[in-house]
Amino acid sequence: MNRRIALIASALLAAAVVTGCGSSGPAQTSAEAGLTMWALSDQTTLKASVDAYNADHPDNKITLQLYANDDYKQKLRVAFGAGQGPDIFFSWGGGALNDYVKSGKVAEITASDVDTSKFTPSVLKTATFGDKVYGVPANGLAPVVLYYNKEVLEKAGVQPPKTLDDLKAAVATLKGRGVTPISLAANSKWPTLMWHEYLLDRAGGAEVFDRIGAGTTSGWLDPSVTEANRLLQELVDLGAFGDNASSLSYDQGAATALLYTGKAAFELMGTWEYANIVKAAPDFVSSGKLGYLAFPTITGGQGDPGAIVGNPSNYLSVNAATKDKATAMAYLKDYVLNDSQVDAYLAAGSVPPVNGLENKLSAITTPDKAWLQFVYGLVQKAPTFQLSWDQALPSEQADPLLTNVDESFLKKITPEQFGQNMSKVS
Amino acid sequence: MTVPRTSYQDARAWRRRSAGAAMAAPALLLFGLFGVVPLLGVMVLSFADWDGLGEPGWAGQANWAAVLTDPGTWDALALTIKVMVVSWLVQTPIALALGLFQAATGRLRAMLAILWFLPLLLSAVAIGLAWQALLDPTFGLGATPGLGWLARPLLGDPDLALYTVIFVIAWQFIPFHALLYQAGIRQIPVSLYEAAAIDGASRTDRFWRITLPQLRYTIVTSTTLMLVGSLTYFDLIFVLSGGTGGPGTATRVLPLAMYITGFQAHDMGRASAIATILVLTGLALSLVTTKWSGFTRMNSQQEGS
Repeated sequence: MNRRIALIASALLAAAVVTGCGSSGPAQTSAEAGLTMWALSDQTTLKASVDAYNADHPDNKITLQLYANDDYKQKLRVAFGAGQGPDIFFSWGGGALNDYVKSGKVAEITASDVDTSKFTPSVLKTATFGDKVYGVPANGLAPVVLYYNKEVLEKAGVQPPKTLDDLKAAVATLKGRGVTPISLAANSKWPTLMWHEYLLDRAGGAEVFDRIGAGTTSGWLDPSVTEANRLLQELVDLGAFGDNASSLSYDQGAATALLYTGKAAFELMGTWEYANIVKAAPDFVSSGKLGYLAFPTITGGQGDPGAIVGNPSNYLSVNAATKDKATAMAYLKDYVLNDSQVDAYLAAGSVPPVNGLENKLSAITTPDKAWLQFVYGLVQKAPTFQLSWDQALPSEQADPLLTNVDESFLKKITPEQFGQNMSKVS
Repeated sequence: MTVPRTSYQDARAWRRRSAGAAMAAPALLLFGLFGVVPLLGVMVLSFADWDGLGEPGWAGQANWAAVLTDPGTWDALALTIKVMVVSWLVQTPIALALGLFQAATGRLRAMLAILWFLPLLLSAVAIGLAWQALLDPTFGLGATPGLGWLARPLLGDPDLALYTVIFVIAWQFIPFHALLYQAGIRQIPVSLYEAAAIDGASRTDRFWRITLPQLRYTIVTSTTLMLVGSLTYFDLIFVLSGGTGGPGTATRVLPLAMYITGFQAHDMGRASAIATILVLTGLALSLVTTKWSGFTRMNSQQEGS
């Protein structure tokens, strides 16, 4: 009998352990003066701004805690739910930040706190809800661009594609030469979403997703949603993504490696990929073999060829319950994306979302100059900058979205079913 | 005829009982605090509407209705049962064979036993990342001459991914179950085998008629651990599928569905309902296993013990 109790007990315990996972690690609370700030561990330039602040304010320091990408969002949510959120926090803006705003967890940033007019307007929009600003951009612009391996394209005699038809023709040629035409980390699902975002934007124009984002039920049923899925499945049928895309996980780095080792010709990815490639294969970039393009246009499509999608930037917001709002705002005002931060980002190959960078850019002498000018020009000329759908939509729709994106890619659902499934979720 | 109990006997019985209670108290307290209390919290939460940020509100039976009518829940449950059954079918014979091999003495056997015990010492996340790299179709094992047949999307093909995951789980846990069997086999008195040898029993006879029946309770223990363990199995599948239970929903077992609902969709109410289903299934499962196997009546079948 005791053994039975022990077994039940262990079964309960096992279940309780699973139930509890992810809820560990509340904010480290310290009684000392000063503020806490949470960000991602790869934000080394941002960390420098905190170090600079602390050097100037030795009695009122900001304690920066850095987290890995994957569990950061969960940790932040749990900490805020438990009333132990940090004073200043890092986010992606969009629907996820709006959850916090709607729960009254975020302090409004008024014009008297921080002069937000220096930031690129399309970028600030992602942290603006109901005409109030709740976050300031804190790092580089991250639009999604089409990277390509110049050497592979030259050997195959393929020109960088301007239209989707060019890309399809390139796919056929490259496939014939035994190269994976397009590298895609489909196992992570969100890289596939980038194709959906651009295909819908080019086919139907930016207003289709504006309607979806506004919660209009008819949005997902727009014919251009079906068309975008049809175009993606057409690329899949052509073998554009090779045989193995579905098993590639982005964090594993293989999708990136395919591009710089010449096993694949193209990759659609955010601007952070540039730094990844420079780090993994510096010679590949310095010898000029890395090419990059805006997403091709679709003949007969409604979209503006200059429109871009991606992550406009990351943002820093202030906890509404902070004990020292004045200090937090002072940090955001004087240390985030100030002149030395802008220079540091440019030196790291990343363009911060600040207006009037032309002079700084033309004064650059590093090999990154062409890349930085490309990104800056792309964003400045873009009529719209669509935030990644999984960030823009309310968080309960993000998982169904990614699942349907993946199933459309795997051809488990038809192009029509994608929109139908999504309209049931929203 | 009843013998009247003396006060001495009463005192001794009381002392024994209270000593037992005192010894069980710390474990019971810990279990109550970190097992039962959160569990009750989860059950209450399954009737609440909470996004993890604001104040929880009362949802009535809405979460339960949503979870029970969602085909995703049933798909996840079916996948969980599939993982459970296939894992058992794969792991039990291999663990038993390895246990048999290890139980005999010999330096080579001891060395090999240590070698394949290693996976158990690694964290599930490390195992997941390592296998993800090994199974990469372009840069992984498939690139090795002779292993070209591995150069396929083992983790990306919806028809293969679940079996790949089951294989990696087996790779991690077979050593543990082999150890259980090894210990069980070593407990079997040599005299039984000697008697059988005198009676002229063959090696196969000895295995089927002595080893296997004597291992009955080891099999029950190993089975219960495997079944309940695979019901709540989470971390390795999470890592191997990039946190999504993909491709599509091909590896989205119930614990992963619970995590995604709770910590990605931020619907704590529904996630708690799924958690409750998990607890009840686990409870039912361990009760059925123990009842059906006679675990509660377990006595040693060895003489003199």
